[in-house]
Amino acid sequence: MTAATTTRTHATETAPAKRRRPRQWSDALPMVGLVVIVGYCLAPFYWMVVTAFRRPEDQFDNTLLPRVWSLENFAAVFDPSVGFHRALLNSVVVATTTTVLTLIVASLTAYALARLEFRGKNVVLGLVIATSMFPGISLIVPLLKLFSSFGWINTYQAMVLPSLSFALPLAVWNLTMFFRQMPVELEQAAMVDGCTPAQAFRKVIVPLAAPGVFTTAILTFIVAWNEFIIALSMVNKESMQTVTVAISKFTGAQGFEQPFGTQMAAGVVVTVPLVLAVLVFQRRIIAGLTTGGVK
Amino acid sequence: MSVEVTGRPPGTDDPESSSAPSTGTRRRRSVKKGTGRLAAILVSPTLIVLGLVVAYPILSALHESLFRARDDLDAQGFVIEGDVFVGARNFTDILFGPEAERFWNAFWNTTFFTVTTVALETVLGVAMALVMHRALRGRAFVRASILVPWAVPTAVSALMWRWIFAPDGIANLALGRQILWSADAVAAKVAVITAEVWKTAPFVGLLVLAGLQLIPQEVHEAARVDGASGWSRFWRITLPLIKPALLVAVLFRMLDALRMFDLPFVLIGQQKDSVETLSMLAWTEATNIQFGPAAAYATIMFAYVALVAFAFVKMLGADVIGDARTSVRRKRSAPAGKEAAR
Repeated sequence: MTAATTTRTHATETAPAKRRRPRQWSDALPMVGLVVIVGYCLAPFYWMVVTAFRRPEDQFDNTLLPRVWSLENFAAVFDPSVGFHRALLNSVVVATTTTVLTLIVASLTAYALARLEFRGKNVVLGLVIATSMFPGISLIVPLLKLFSSFGWINTYQAMVLPSLSFALPLAVWNLTMFFRQMPVELEQAAMVDGCTPAQAFRKVIVPLAAPGVFTTAILTFIVAWNEFIIALSMVNKESMQTVTVAISKFTGAQGFEQPFGTQMAAGVVVTVPLVLAVLVFQRRIIAGLTTGGVK
Repeated sequence: MSVEVTGRPPGTDDPESSSAPSTGTRRRRSVKKGTGRLAAILVSPTLIVLGLVVAYPILSALHESLFRARDDLDAQGFVIEGDVFVGARNFTDILFGPEAERFWNAFWNTTFFTVTTVALETVLGVAMALVMHRALRGRAFVRASILVPWAVPTAVSALMWRWIFAPDGIANLALGRQILWSADAVAAKVAVITAEVWKTAPFVGLLVLAGLQLIPQEVHEAARVDGASGWSRFWRITLPLIKPALLVAVLFRMLDALRMFDLPFVLIGQQKDSVETLSMLAWTEATNIQFGPAAAYATIMFAYVALVAFAFVKMLGADVIGDARTSVRRKRSAPAGKEAAR
């Protein structure tokens, strides 16, 4: 992968010399385009971050940087009366459990889909993809009734189980693609040496697939972390809310009409871990997203 | 390992051929029993889970939609237990009865949002991908920043846009107007579309970029030598070559837009006619413990999504599992190739 990138950079560096059109035009235009794209992607996010760092009384300032930098909004978010810690904890529990369960179940299936010959393989693959297309609300209405009858409302499992409906297809699809990229010969060699297919999976495939599994884990975690409608429907107790739900109902600790500053600070707290993950693992995430094509 | 001896000769493997399923069935008879059992064991957890959280709810919603809770309330305001069978009345009420106006409003909102956002996302996404593909420097930085809108949770982005579109927010300042974004019907729609496109256009751009990078440079060189202009190279070479990837991306974006919920819910609010989508309507009913009507909405929603997906795949030929299927065949033909070589 690194080798490919280096060659690409080399190629692109020598490219402009070959162009026949005036140099400034062909050089400057994509750069302008890039600046526009980056601005488009980051400007609203930047505005959220800047607002979060303003003093509450400067909330409606329109300067590009806060006049006075302040952590007051963040202090308000983590005010014990708001219960935001608890929401963060809930989100961590739900997203982590969803990710772990998904990876265990999905890696088995993905291995079968990538490596074994069996009847109805395309049917399974089609079914898995099709389930990812179903609208969440169609699943939530009946599950809400079912879980009410179990007394599962306001529990973690009521959020984790429905989340598998979108996490599992995503993970199965991604892992299948990753498993498939690994050379079959390695397993065959292991099996010639006396491994059963199950052993070949455990001793050869799993260690080799670690990067793919890791990528899938990041994607699943991000998608599970961002989940809203399930968490909103299955929980009506404040102490069980996940962050995405808590943030949407956020009124803040202070008596503002619309505590936008506090809301933005809460938004930054919820988003920053994800943005950091994106920055660190961007290559992997993009690889995962583009093999899938499935959100 | 199940090496198939019935394999077809190598080189006859046409990835576009649609005859795969039939040949597939014939060839799979040679699969050893043990592998089949292992596959069944490995695949079944996924199928069981999806059966529980997807298939059961859909069937249950269909059943549920034929019933309705009694209207009577007891002294504390709780619903008296028990459902009455009402046949198709939930559906007729929604489509033609007292609920019709609200339903059709939500239906058109959903459809309108889907068409406009997906159209804008596709155009912007392709444009972004073309720019990024031609960019010489700063690729890593651009790639990282393009992932930011995708990574921001929709609920947070809705909140962020609510702040931007606040009465004395930055949007009004920039436009020099005093628009009440959440109150005015048209402005509310514009706000939702803007926020949705912001979040998803870069994602489409990313997928298209991946498609663009697969096009060999030689194809463009050849067209340039033949005197094709930049515009016609785009329409006649780039677009047809990225079409398969683009179609799948558009399909998934459409299905995603059809179930839009969090964004209008947080950005504008519940039960606002101007932005209420089908998902929001069904959700409102479900939380009012109107399970029968809610299930009917859920069923209609499901049918609508399935219909759109089916029409899209049939009419435009989006090959959703194509990627996987070709690799299945490539892998399958490999042992056959070895047999022949021996």
